Amino acid sequence: MKKLIDIKNLTFEYFRRDSEGNLEEMIEALKDVSVDVKPGEFVAIVGRNGSGKSTLAKHINALLVPSEGEIIVDGLDTAEEEERLSIRKTAGMVFQNPDNQIVGNLVEEDVAFGPENLGVSTAEIWNRVEESLETVEMKQYRSVSPNHLSGGQKQRVAIAGVLAMEPKCIIFDEATSMLDLQGRDQIIFAARQLQKENGITILFITHHMEEVIWADRVFVMDKGAVVAQGTPKHIFEQKDLLKKCGLEVPILYQYINFLLGQEIVTKDEVSEVYGEEDLSALLCNKIKKAIENCAIDEDKNQDLLYAENEDEKNVKEVRKGILLNHVDYIYNKGFANERIGIRDVTLQINKGEFVAIIGVTGSGKSTLMQMLNGLYFPTKGNVYFEGRDITEKDFSIKHLRQKVGLVFQNPENQLFAETVEKDVCFGPENMDISKVEAQKRAYEAIRLVGLPDTIYDLSPLQLSGGQKRRVAIAGVLAMQPDYLVLDEPTAGLDPDAAKELLDLLKQLQVETAITVIMVSHNLEEVAEYADRVVVLKEGRKMLDGRTGDVLQRVGILEQAGLLVPIGMKMMYKLQKAGIPMDMQIAKRMDICAELMKLKEYM
Amino acid sequence: MRDITIGQFYNVDSPVHRLDPRVKIIFAMIFVVSLFLGKNPFLFLIAFAVLAVYIKISNVPLKFIFRGMKTLSLIILLSGLLNLFTVKGVNVVFEWGMIRITENGIHAAIYTTLRLGFMIVGSSMMTYTTTPNSLTDGLEKMLGWMKKLGVPVHEFAMIMSIALRFVPVLVEELDKIMKAQMARGIDFNEGNLFVRLRKLIPILVPLIVSAMKRSEELAMAMDARCYHGGEGRTKMKPLVYQRRDYIAYALIFVYLIGMVVLAVSF
Repeated sequence: MKKLIDIKNLTFEYFRRDSEGNLEEMIEALKDVSVDVKPGEFVAIVGRNGSGKSTLAKHINALLVPSEGEIIVDGLDTAEEEERLSIRKTAGMVFQNPDNQIVGNLVEEDVAFGPENLGVSTAEIWNRVEESLETVEMKQYRSVSPNHLSGGQKQRVAIAGVLAMEPKCIIFDEATSMLDLQGRDQIIFAARQLQKENGITILFITHHMEEVIWADRVFVMDKGAVVAQGTPKHIFEQKDLLKKCGLEVPILYQYINFLLGQEIVTKDEVSEVYGEEDLSALLCNKIKKAIENCAIDEDKNQDLLYAENEDEKNVKEVRKGILLNHVDYIYNKGFANERIGIRDVTLQINKGEFVAIIGVTGSGKSTLMQMLNGLYFPTKGNVYFEGRDITEKDFSIKHLRQKVGLVFQNPENQLFAETVEKDVCFGPENMDISKVEAQKRAYEAIRLVGLPDTIYDLSPLQLSGGQKRRVAIAGVLAMQPDYLVLDEPTAGLDPDAAKELLDLLKQLQVETAITVIMVSHNLEEVAEYADRVVVLKEGRKMLDGRTGDVLQRVGILEQAGLLVPIGMKMMYKLQKAGIPMDMQIAKRMDICAELMKLKEYM
Repeated sequence: MRDITIGQFYNVDSPVHRLDPRVKIIFAMIFVVSLFLGKNPFLFLIAFAVLAVYIKISNVPLKFIFRGMKTLSLIILLSGLLNLFTVKGVNVVFEWGMIRITENGIHAAIYTTLRLGFMIVGSSMMTYTTTPNSLTDGLEKMLGWMKKLGVPVHEFAMIMSIALRFVPVLVEELDKIMKAQMARGIDFNEGNLFVRLRKLIPILVPLIVSAMKRSEELAMAMDARCYHGGEGRTKMKPLVYQRRDYIAYALIFVYLIGMVVLAVSF
């Protein structure tokens, strides 16, 4: 069969120079890569940050040209200057950051940008814009400003922009990494649709292994080389290789591999399993129960769980922790653009807990988070910090902000000093302590986040993504807070770095007794690390309790638009099929142990 | 700050809104010029009448226009007063110590105030009724001939339009950075001017770094979408004159001739 993309012995190197222009080192970003892609294929390229996968993508679009070797795209050599426009038209690209690839001030004008550059006639541009927006289901937003769209919607506009150029192939260059789970689902769905319906070849670059289950083939990259390629199933079996490459077997396949190992299922049986539904159905079938009986109920139970010590009568006696008492926060109160942030939320954060606050985008998570350290004050109700109302006249907000450290999403974007040391010192220096003391605290914080002392004098710009994030967290820890609030701490990190960071947070909680409050929409992560979970929906508190207790309320969670962990859903269905499961547990390891029970029923 | 409506687009539909941006740019220019043709009360009366009709057809509420004028009224008033007191003449109307007001001074003050006021309202009508994007388009097309002189007209227009797109993005980013640094203990309401200026560093550095990164990524994304300058580029919404635009041009022409004749004959 003809090849659409043919890469032979591709090597790409570039030189890093210091500020005086002297050669510092030569970096080999790609090493002798030889792969090909056939027309109509869905190929996923996976690898940790810095593995060279994005560099490879940019070569296919002729944004970069090889140092050695060659790339032929649809019969055209990317090294030929005059072929570049044709190549970029054939192999379109969707980039990582939704904001930084939209040129137009209106959705339709942005979609038209590509065809305009190609010199397409006005009438034809209108046709193409219409069709492309239709394909990604964004037609109703055609005359909206891109600034009013969600991340997932912006990425769909970007896809439409590429489609309007009538490409044969679309490269998704980590297009999902800055999106929430809903946005990621939309993009994966769109990509699969384009392959199936429009016959467009898809190159899907990601570090989320969950997203490659549907691919025809997977290339695994590490240190600039393609270290493995094959069908997803074939790749997922190579657990050690993936681990070495900083990747993780998708959670579904972690369960499948476990069940295979325990001989609960056979290889033949799982050959058609692509999702949790398939696996649950298979297991129910195994124990001779029909899956229909195990549908997820709408959870009508209004007796929502609340943490034990939430006795409203004692509200003012609580001397420890942070307490929100019937708190409302309304944005632009009294104006036409009034919007509810949170509504009637009562929440007690106890010292030493690891609490996860979960909900979809717009559920009030961020608002709630900013109430905890006085960036927002309630429009109704009260916030108490260790027994004192934070709106009291003589209450020091400065003290509150020091005691409750807040780490925003992508905190590395706020680094500003020329060295790591100076940046981490910034927080403590804003407190009334001596310079020496501030430095001491900074060093301590850098040690706490697991970075070596050789990093002090480096510029934050020289660090890797995971390191930068640690430095940013150290900058907050250096103020020696008792509470650490983090907004989506793992967003954008590859699986390895994400796991290390979460392990670190857990360790901080256990060893330094710091209270960790993590805002997240990723329940798989929450299930592994949190002691307690608070669920928000449309600004209101829906559930609050121990992690296992909350996560087993599958119906309510799904109503709140959340993706329930695969393991919890399987247990829920098996329980309904008549197998008693311990629903208090939530960690994957424990769930695997619980699944052993199946053996008795087979 | 919120009261400054000048330069904003007022989003309603009207015959004026539907006009080609070039017509509105030309009219704004001719209108301003016509105010300086002479010091004849009739000229100002006609200009006033034309402006009133223009506003009426445009569906932009007077309240909105006055709100925009409010912040600038001080400047208009000041320049009027300056004329009142400084213009010298023979017929002294009022004299008190150093202050001396002449007949010429009064005339000059009235004309300056009227001219400035009409100028501001006349030219802001252009921005009230035209989106920033189509203004940019209009300017690009009108200044197209300058390309031959080596002026990168298309590039300037593209820069303008991208800047417009990214203003809200950067404002949001600024807000986020400020909050994050506030969470790290910075207090913007503390200290003298020098201290406060220093506090801008942790805000501006990340903002600039981010803007640079954005521009790099955007440039790459534009490359990937085959952008290669203005040459051979077509438009989704090309500027094509309609019948109404020719009528408008004819009316503008009549206005200009009328004003010139009036100015010369008196």
